[in-house]
Amino acid sequence: MTEKFQECAAVVRQEAIGNGIYSLYLKTGSVAAHAVPGQFVSLYCADKSRLLPRPISICRTDPENGVIRLVYRLAGEGTKEFSGLQPGDSVDIIGPLGNGYPLSKGGRGRSSLLIGGGIGIPPLLELAAQLEGKREIVLGFRSEQFLTEEFKSYGSVYIATEDGSFGTRGNVLDAVNAHRLTADVIYACGPMVMLHFVRQFAIRHGIPCYLSLEERMACGVGACLGCVCKTVKKDAHSQVNNARVCTEGPVFNALDVEI
Amino acid sequence: MNINTKVTICGIELKNPIMTASGTFGSGMEYSEFTDLNRLGAVVTKGVANVPWEGNGTPRVAETPSGMMNAIGLQNPGVDVFIRRDLEFLRKFDTKVIVNVCGHSEEEYCEVVERLADEPRVDMLEINISCPNVKEGGIAFGTDPHTAERITAAVKKKAHQPVIMKLSPNVTSIPDMARAVEAGGADAVSLINTITGMKIDVNRRRFLLANKTGGVSGPAIHPIAVRMVYEAAHSVHIPVIGMGGCTDAESALEFIMAGAAGVAVGTANFRDPHAAVRIISGIETFMRQQGVNNINELIGCV
Repeated sequence: MTEKFQECAAVVRQEAIGNGIYSLYLKTGSVAAHAVPGQFVSLYCADKSRLLPRPISICRTDPENGVIRLVYRLAGEGTKEFSGLQPGDSVDIIGPLGNGYPLSKGGRGRSSLLIGGGIGIPPLLELAAQLEGKREIVLGFRSEQFLTEEFKSYGSVYIATEDGSFGTRGNVLDAVNAHRLTADVIYACGPMVMLHFVRQFAIRHGIPCYLSLEERMACGVGACLGCVCKTVKKDAHSQVNNARVCTEGPVFNALDVEI
Repeated sequence: MNINTKVTICGIELKNPIMTASGTFGSGMEYSEFTDLNRLGAVVTKGVANVPWEGNGTPRVAETPSGMMNAIGLQNPGVDVFIRRDLEFLRKFDTKVIVNVCGHSEEEYCEVVERLADEPRVDMLEINISCPNVKEGGIAFGTDPHTAERITAAVKKKAHQPVIMKLSPNVTSIPDMARAVEAGGADAVSLINTITGMKIDVNRRRFLLANKTGGVSGPAIHPIAVRMVYEAAHSVHIPVIGMGGCTDAESALEFIMAGAAGVAVGTANFRDPHAAVRIISGIETFMRQQGVNNINELIGCV
């Protein structure tokens, strides 16, 4: 577990990179220095009638310049507020939160298959950048793509779109099957239904697999027990078959969780 | 100017009246990474039962206008792990510890209270007879005065620490409930637990929470809580601890002036990990500005 920080982060810049998809760069020295791929930050709204912090995965970290990049989808009033942030503004954040992906499972001489769906794609970008060895990257979209070009710097990219407008028509596993992709380890992030099928695929093929789960959160730091997932074995913290997505996760070994 | 923020509740002296509300702060471990637990009057720990509880399905939480809803269902690791891990952790801090206790039956409450009776780190017990998110126990005991009195009397027989009964707002008469637990021997009452609510996802035409209903908390419920704290303070002779949507010094002072000797900060911790400490500082500033030497002058002053 990495050290956590509470900071008032200055907005470096922000741009829309798709329909309702925003890319936000924040100056936050401590978070940028400590974050590992797959971790997230929680952003607090300036509007105090919106109480709960918004958990957003870290897309890129730039420790040299003390900057993190967040790519998020406009989903409600909270993210609507964030989408209006401009240079000169600031936002209160805590982070880095959660555990992150185990990098050593990939690494030199080993091949990694990265599978991302929709707004689950952004945290895989920093992971792709930090992994060594062969990287095959499968990205699933409804229709419009984002971040695709940036992933191409780190590996072979395969696209699936639900409407068939680009790449394989269907979901990410349709693309995995169409290209007969396999690897020594799978890393995935996306909607729960996608993760459910990626988990089944990994188990069927005997491939180690790490899934980043999403769940509605309140505190974001492990105090409230709002965001749990079902675990196969009794969890050490909870003493029941529940683990906190914000703290024991968001990344879990596919064999350890029931989704 | 010297100011005195100390309050004494059931013979236990707190350095100030501000504590964390059960369920919003774990046992302090997580928030201790952000804020100084030594500043708090007390840490009130998450409800603990005789054995581990799984709690409800997910989603368990949702935001509402100026508030939130939760239906955690009292997931907890059971009293043995709680003593070994959580109480041990709290030994490091100079603050009082109030342990919130939950159960499905009178026997289960009593079992936990007995296990905690000789733990030196436990300064007080808070008995949760008001959780709206569990089917047996919890609120079932907190909405009927006779049952509440009976549970209080049973717990009091086993407890070696002062007993605070935590009351539900989901009742017709707060004075009836407060008087019932006082008659049962309660040393103090705390209120309010969350107000039962419901939220519907209109796009999916489904309940937003897996439990269908959840407890509403946050600033949205604060005026209701202040009214109920006032009613309780005027119907019993034992101390009252106020909670429900306290987010700043002003909202805490409202509870105190309504008659609360202590104030718990809950949902505000989610909005700001420093909320409780910020409120303590705000109360000190208020006292200096208003020339109040002793916070006890403010308790029930309206």
